Parts: sequence; structure tokens; C-alpha cells
Amino acid sequence: MTALVIRGGQLIDPAAGVDALKDVLLKDGKVAEIAAPGKLKSANGADVLDATGLTLAPGLIDMHVHLREPGQGYKETIASGTAAAAAGGFTAVAAMPNTVPVNDSPEITRWMQAPERRAAVRVFPIAAATRGSRGEALNDYAALKSAGAVAVSDDGRPILKDNIMRETLAAAARVGLMVIQHAEDTRLTQDASMNLGPVSFKLGLRGMAPEAESSIVERDIRLVNELRDTRVHLHVAHTSTAAALAAVRQARRNGLRVTCEVAPHHFLLTDEHVGLYDTNAKMCPPLRSAADRDAMIEAILDGVVDAIATDHAPHAVHEKEVEFDNAPNGITGLETALGLSLRWLHKEWKLPLGRVLSLLSAQPAALLGMKGRGTLIVGSFADVVVFDPKAEWTYNARATKSKSRNTPFDGWTMQGKIRWTVSEGRIAYNAESA
Amino acid sequence: MNRTATPVRRQLNTPPVAASPFPYNPGSLLSVEDLSLEAVSHLLARATALENEDPLVRARILAKRRVALLFYESSTRTRTSFELAAKGLGADTTLVSSLSSSIEKGESLKDTGLTLRALGAEAIILRHNSSGAAWLLEAETRLPVLNAGDGMHQHPTQALLDLRTILAHLRPGIQAVTAETLAGVTVTIVGDILHSRVARSNMLLLPRLGARVVLCGPKELLPELAAHAGPGISIERNFEAALAQSQIVMMLRIQAERLAGMQLDLEEYKANYQLTGPRLAAHAPTAVVLHPGPIIRGLEITAGVADGPQSAILEQVRNGVAIRMAVVERALKAADQGGRA
Repeated sequence: MTALVIRGGQLIDPAAGVDALKDVLLKDGKVAEIAAPGKLKSANGADVLDATGLTLAPGLIDMHVHLREPGQGYKETIASGTAAAAAGGFTAVAAMPNTVPVNDSPEITRWMQAPERRAAVRVFPIAAATRGSRGEALNDYAALKSAGAVAVSDDGRPILKDNIMRETLAAAARVGLMVIQHAEDTRLTQDASMNLGPVSFKLGLRGMAPEAESSIVERDIRLVNELRDTRVHLHVAHTSTAAALAAVRQARRNGLRVTCEVAPHHFLLTDEHVGLYDTNAKMCPPLRSAADRDAMIEAILDGVVDAIATDHAPHAVHEKEVEFDNAPNGITGLETALGLSLRWLHKEWKLPLGRVLSLLSAQPAALLGMKGRGTLIVGSFADVVVFDPKAEWTYNARATKSKSRNTPFDGWTMQGKIRWTVSEGRIAYNAESA
Repeated sequence: MNRTATPVRRQLNTPPVAASPFPYNPGSLLSVEDLSLEAVSHLLARATALENEDPLVRARILAKRRVALLFYESSTRTRTSFELAAKGLGADTTLVSSLSSSIEKGESLKDTGLTLRALGAEAIILRHNSSGAAWLLEAETRLPVLNAGDGMHQHPTQALLDLRTILAHLRPGIQAVTAETLAGVTVTIVGDILHSRVARSNMLLLPRLGARVVLCGPKELLPELAAHAGPGISIERNFEAALAQSQIVMMLRIQAERLAGMQLDLEEYKANYQLTGPRLAAHAPTAVVLHPGPIIRGLEITAGVADGPQSAILEQVRNGVAIRMAVVERALKAADQGGRA
């Protein structure tokens, strides 16, 4: 298929300032023409998707996922993870490097993008910042970038040494990459399996103090400030504490290039949702206090948060059916991000639809320097999500496209039902044939 | 940081926390929080009745029923008293411990539980080093699970036997407990609160009967947030001030196996928190001294106090058998009444 018309839908393209009924012609993987309904000039012979009553928007972009390949195909593969992405409206995902082996080389970076992986949507590798993510020796960022890496990070293995983090920030800046930090002082979180607070005390679980996150964010911001190089870009992954957000907010006021993302579970859930040891409520950073959760909502509403990212972290059923302190960290998120964001951020907390979509597409595209994505202006990639923004539906984890179903959102009511996801002009997800 | 620039919006409607599905089996005893005061009263009454019953009659109550003891941690009192309790009711018991079973080969708790169920176990008594393990076992097997101690979390039969001991001293002859039964009573729990499932169980049970629970210990072993675990709980760091208020003093062992690298000055600890004869005589001359055991003589408590007239430590042990008979009976009788999920 080389040409596709999406007809009769409401086009919302926040980056282009468009919110109007439009017909869109996709051709050869790009947006070829946009016109008022019925006014496309060159749509002859194209297949037609009837989007009457639906909304179409730039395909969503998740800047923080774990696709588990290479090495842990029993949890997820690039094919299954990207199928889940497409089902969730995502047309691009940035894959973290904590694979087996760690993605710290141009070879693995290319391998992940190869056609043989049969990805349903585009995969943009994030390469390891240091060799083996051991936090000791820097990788060759220029080589990784030319292999396709869009950022560097030692996600899950935070860079603790000041000198290594300083060198990482400086070296990445020289080649125009941002550094994504999983902010956790692991010296303070040994053996801990949830947030430190009254709930962890009551459950008899060792807790992670909020300061274990905020102290690293504050340290990193100090390093950015000391480097005095405007190209230096620090991005704080899965921000979960009010104190870390306050540090990001202040850094921005001081003119530093410091950005952050928040995951849906951190703006929706608290440590109370751990319940009686629900391992599907165990992730790192953990679910925090209600005050921290409220601070996430507030920072999203007032614009301090730059992106919503899922931290999609699949684990096999048997890995989560264990004692809470033995269970691995992480939950899946690709199929629920839009539904939860529309249900809560938009419907409940009144964030305009365009801003929700921007946090899930235009803004992460800009952060990662993706050209021609996160918008649907003519000439950009034909990455489109078509959905019914008013439709309510219930998430059934057993029907997931992912290989794993470790989610705390099973059975939750979602809003915004996805009809089609189009990746570079190709239908990657069709609700009618899913 | 200028906090006024970012006022937190109140009154946000946020996703609710789902109601707990536990316990799945009405015969289970996972936490003291699962028990209503009526259920506590019933267990206390059955403990007394079973204790007074003719052993030959008692042994017919659960004759040939199968009860498994699954122990991932060493235990003397709890294991033996559960075993004697189940056997006293006529049940067959089997012990699986982590050091002499397929657990050593890497079998999961889920698979071990399913195996015991397939072997005919009708209830499982679990002692485990991970907090929450009893909930996992119950969810996977749907059998009555009796929590004999999970990590740092709960040890509900210990709280019940402590309650029985307390009542025998302070409210002798009482039949049923209410929210006022222990009104005016202060129970001080002293020592390694942070790592103690006994402390957590007692602090969540005794205030529901009207008692005040005072927690006493150094910051490393007693974080401030312990006072938020439930109503009726407060912290008093000065041992002597705590003793002076107490009718019950419950001493705890320092759990060296759970300190996780914490450095503690034992001499300083003893100077501040050891229960000695002179300290007890000066500040709580009529208080009843409890200890869940094992006691470390010369550390948290002196030999003189442990063996002295105010000590009810061995009485606690005896009460353990009676309470556990009542709990084991409830486990299988509730299952008989259609509780099997």
C-alpha cells in the first residue's frame, strides 16, 4: 500500500496548532496532503479509512520502554513490544539499554533496528552511557549516535560517581545527545522494595526514601550548572517525588536544560495501591505518597513535566508470582497510557486534549530530536493514531499484545478507544482485526 | 525553594484503592486486622475450652485431618506449639522446612504450596522470612493459611497469646472482649520495633480493645513513622518514662539477622534499654513483663528479670498452645462450612 486517506476525522496536531475536521492523505510513508473534508486533490486510488466521529493525531511517542531484546525474549521481544505499542497508539518507542547484553555498542543499536526484528512501529534505541552500564567508562557516543541512538542512559543502574556523570553530560552534549538519568541513590535503597513511609512500615517492607531520588536529581543539576555548556541536556526519567520535581522546576527557572518525564502510574497511584503485596504495583521508582502523586499531577497541569512516558517493563507471570521483596521491578504500560491519560488528565483534571496529546507525542519527539515526528504537517512521517476520544472501555490484561501482563491497571476503565494506528503509512494496529 | 509559586490543588478526585480480596479462605488467619473483636472473643473462649477439654475427647475434633507446617525460618516456640496444638486436636501434621526440602533446590513458594495441597494438606501454617509471604500462599492455594510470622510484618497468633496473657493478669475471668476491655491499660513495647512482626501485630490489635501502646527504643530501631501505623500508638524514647506509665512491658530481641548492615552500639543500647531488676523495681514495680522469645539474657533483659516474679514469659509460651489449638480448629471448621474457594 502506498497511499491511504483518513477521511472525516478531527485532526488535532498540537505542534502545528491544528484542531479541525480534515482529510489526510498519506503517501509513501509521509503526510502528502491535508485538506478540508472532501477537498483532497490527489486521493484517487488510495485506500480509505473512514474516521467520521473520530480524532486523528500524531502517533504517540514513548520515550521510555523496555523491549527486553536482546536477551530476554521470554518477557518481551521487539516484535511483541512494538505490537503492544501500536495497540496503545504509539508509533515510536525509545528502548532502554538494560538488555542482555547491555546495549552499549553500535552493533546492538543497529541490531535492534534491523528489519528482522519485525517491529510494528519505529524503535529508537537509547544506548548505555557507560560500558556495560557499570558507571565506570564512557561509551563512544558519536558512534552510537550514527548507529541510531537517540539518547544515552544507564537506566536502572544510575550513574553515581560525580566525575563519571560530569563526563557523560559533557561528552553527550558534544554529539548532541541528552543524558537520561534514572535518579536513585542505590546506596540508600539496598533491599528496599517500596516507598519509605507509614505504608512500608506497616507492611514490614524496607522502604526507599524520596531523598534517594531527589538527591541524585539535585546532584545532576549541580553538575549541569557547573558545566556551563548550553548543549548539555539532562533528562530525569520517571520522576516520582515532589522534591525531584521542585529541583527540576528550579533548574528550569535558572535557565538550565533540564527536562523530565512522568509515568502514568506515578500520577495515578500511591503506595497505598501496593495493597497486600501486589507485585504488579512494584516498580522502581516505587509508587509514592499521595503528596508526591499530587505533585506529579500539578506539575503536568502547570507544564513543568515535558513528557508522559510509560517505563513499560514487562516481566513473565512466574517472575511476579513470588514474595514481594523477591519480585522484579516494573509494570507494562504501552496499552494503557492513552486511555489512562484521557480518563484522568483530560476528563477528570481538565487538561485540554491537545496538551495531553502533546505530552505523548510532540514533546517527546522534540526532546529526542526526532525530525518529522510528533506532528502531521505535510512532509512529516505518516505516523497517525485514530481514536474515539469519548469512548470508554475496560482494559483486559489477558488480551495484551505484549508477552507479559504485569499491570496494576487490569480491569480499569479507560477513555479513548484506539481505532487505527498507522506507522509510516502502514496500518500497524486495527481494532477491528485485533 | 519558592513553594508558593506552585500551590498544590486540593480536592482532586484520584483513583480509589481497591478493597482487599483477602482473606480468600474464611479459615485463614493472616493478620490481626482480619479478626473482628467477636472473632477474637470466640478464639479466646475456644482456647480456654480446648485447654480444659479431656485430651481424648479433644483429639477427636480434627481426627486424621491434615495440617502442614511450612517453615522457612527457624523456630522453637511457634513451631512446636502449632504442632502440639494440631496434634492435640487429633490432626496429622507434617513439617516442611526450607533446609531439608526442595525449597533448597529452588522450588517457589507457590509450587511448594500447591504440592502440599496435592498431598492432602487442608491447612498450611507458614513461617517465612519475606513480609507478605502468607498472602501469596493463600492467593495461590486458596487453602486456610495460618500466618506463623512473615518477615517483619505480622505474627497474629503471638498477639492473641499475648492478649490472653495480659487478660489473665489484668482482667481475670473476662469472657468476651470489647473496645473498652483494656481501657486505661498502657502496654509498652521496647526495643527492635522496626524489625518486629510481634510489635506490629500487638500495636494493631491491643488499641482496638482500648489499650494505649507506647513504643520505646532508639531511632535506628524505632522510626518516627511507626506512630502512624494505627490509632492509639505513641512513641516514648525514654525507657524509664515509658516504664512508669506501663502495666505491661513487652521486651523484644534485637534481630541481628535483619539488621542489614546497621551498626548498633550494644553497650549504649543496654545502658538505655535493658530491663534490669533495679529499673523495673524503681519505675514499674507491679508491671507484667512479657517477651515473645527467644530471649537473649544479658542483652535486652537480665536473667534476674526474666526469671523473676514479674515475668510472665513462660506463661506466654503455655498460652501459645491453647491459642493455636483455637486457631487451627477455626481454620478447618471454617473450611468445612463451605469456605473452600
